[in-house]
Amino acid sequence: MAEIQLRDLWKYYDDVAAVRGINLDIEHNEFIALVGPSGCGKTTTLRMIAGLEDITAGDISVGDRIVNEVAPKDRDIAMVFQNYALYPHMSVFQNMSFGLKLRKTAKEEIERRVNLAAEILNIEELLERRPKQLSGGQRQRVAMGRAIVRDPQVFLFDEPLSNLDAKLRVQMRTEIKKIHQRVKTTVVYVTHDQVEAMTLADRIVVMNEGVIEQVGSPEEMYDAPETLFVAAFIGSPSMNFIPCRVEANNGGLSVRLSDDLTFPVPGDRNDRYGSCVGKEMLFGIRPEHITDKRPHTDPTHHDFTSDVIVLEPMGIDTMVFINIGETEITTRSRPRAVSQVGETMDFTIDMAHMHLIDPETEKVL
Amino acid sequence: MVSVPNVDRAAVAPPPGPFRSRMKKRLGPDIDGYGFLLPATIVMVSLVVYPFCLAVWFSVSDAFVGEPASYVGLENFIYILTEDDIFIETIWNTLLFAFWSVLFKVVLGLSCALLLQRILKLRRFFRGSVLLPFVAPTALSTLGWWLILDPTYSHINWILANVWPFSYFGWGPYNFLGNPTLAMASVIFVNIWRGIPFFIITILAGLMAIPDHLYDAAEIDGASTWRKFYSITLPLLRPVLAIIILFSTIFTLGEFNIIYVLTRGGPMNSTHLFSTYSFTYGILNHEIALGAAVALFLFPILVVIVVFLLRMVRRDTSHEL
Repeated sequence: MAEIQLRDLWKYYDDVAAVRGINLDIEHNEFIALVGPSGCGKTTTLRMIAGLEDITAGDISVGDRIVNEVAPKDRDIAMVFQNYALYPHMSVFQNMSFGLKLRKTAKEEIERRVNLAAEILNIEELLERRPKQLSGGQRQRVAMGRAIVRDPQVFLFDEPLSNLDAKLRVQMRTEIKKIHQRVKTTVVYVTHDQVEAMTLADRIVVMNEGVIEQVGSPEEMYDAPETLFVAAFIGSPSMNFIPCRVEANNGGLSVRLSDDLTFPVPGDRNDRYGSCVGKEMLFGIRPEHITDKRPHTDPTHHDFTSDVIVLEPMGIDTMVFINIGETEITTRSRPRAVSQVGETMDFTIDMAHMHLIDPETEKVL
Repeated sequence: MVSVPNVDRAAVAPPPGPFRSRMKKRLGPDIDGYGFLLPATIVMVSLVVYPFCLAVWFSVSDAFVGEPASYVGLENFIYILTEDDIFIETIWNTLLFAFWSVLFKVVLGLSCALLLQRILKLRRFFRGSVLLPFVAPTALSTLGWWLILDPTYSHINWILANVWPFSYFGWGPYNFLGNPTLAMASVIFVNIWRGIPFFIITILAGLMAIPDHLYDAAEIDGASTWRKFYSITLPLLRPVLAIIILFSTIFTLGEFNIIYVLTRGGPMNSTHLFSTYSFTYGILNHEIALGAAVALFLFPILVVIVVFLLRMVRRDTSHEL
């Protein structure tokens, strides 16, 4: 069993706190993605789990033992690095077998394991090559192979796909998911790409400035972000935020987005937002919840018109940029329902998916 | 049929003259480039190629200062190899001198570079100060060593005689430059002292070029410190090591200053190297032909070393970091 626990984990570099007292429980065989912008502490956290960085304060346990003082090699982990970290002077076989050799594994066993990993990763014919003779995707596979042959309790991935081109990245993403399904083990996966996190992980941990903003399944992250940061970070294109004022309205509530645009808040949220009446808040809504006008009966759907500023065709959908008050927002429409730039267009907004954010605490209510 | 627009190139640029176009065919499109090479070529020819050819001519002639020279074939070489015992001793001296000097420079240079890489405080100070032996003029710093090793005024002998615990054992005084073995050890020591900064700085640069993540990967793979050095640092440093060993071997085999200042080849010719012995023949004894033969004796040996080491470098750099 290889659950990982982080308890009140701190990391200081001189006077700078990179990780500020985070707590996290990772379950056995769970795929966890640590995601956040550059410098949010996600890689530092991963390196602390690996044992490559000392811990300033707190505890890390793998399985049921605390590993704070345990050397990386004795933690039963394997790591895949961002730039692959393949030994340039060794063949693929030697790269993959180096760790086993150091552990004095029998020669036949080394060969068996390397061949098995090579088969899983489809790199059997590359075993005699040097890293220089490999493409980016192949190097990535070898780096994973090196981890797989060790048969570790925990896999650590440090932005493994960020050096690949866009197409290969998508392909390898699927590959990693397949491999995880085949080689069941606990995975901690660091990335700054929220799409990678969403597609791969069982649970996502969003980090920002050394603290954990939110932990949850990809769906929870997307549908019910708890902070402004998570709401903005997860989803592409990202959520729209419009300054608004909450108003009482015939026993219900409404949000005023501009002088001439107010929408009623769904009735079931009256209690939640009741205390905000009269306050300046942030209204959050994802692009796909403002569409071209469609027939609807749902009481949470409302129509409005606006001028089209910019169009971004994506193929299946077209992103339509419009102004609400002073704020430029993104909406998502079917290509054939879109007007020309400069013309007015009818939209439907689905208030059931709105979020209300307190600009002072940056919490989603 | 699709017609290709007929662009008249001659109408765009003036046609090259017949001489120019013939040269272009032979030398490639950028014939102007050869013009830019000219200044460097003149310097190289007048300062390197001409003296070298002159030395080759002297070595196969009976040149003597103030007399016309005539061709004598390999007579000079046969003479120094068969009838000149000092020359045979010089060959051994040179090999001994170069072997121990380069060996110690590699080992100590590598050790110091590894230490310097780990030093975080006062980093610039240490890195700068190791360069001191390198930047001081050799003749001048060797005079300092001459004083330190002098039989009468030697600092080392004074320490051996007057400072506990050395004084207790009654070691010394030694005649460092007067005893053949000690003299050789002394000139080797000063050569190491003088040459080590070059090794340290170059190896340090080589060490910095090895990416940290390789060590992270090795750490996770379970490599001990020694194993990381042996399996990662050393193989990736090999091209750098090969180059500096090559340079150092060439310069050490041709060492002159240190020997000339400290021992002048003595005592009893025990520290003569090719260069000092050649100087003795050619300048002091006016036998330019024999001096040139001694100096050129080194040339084929150097060519072999250079070819061997450069091959090794080429093979080693076939990987990228």
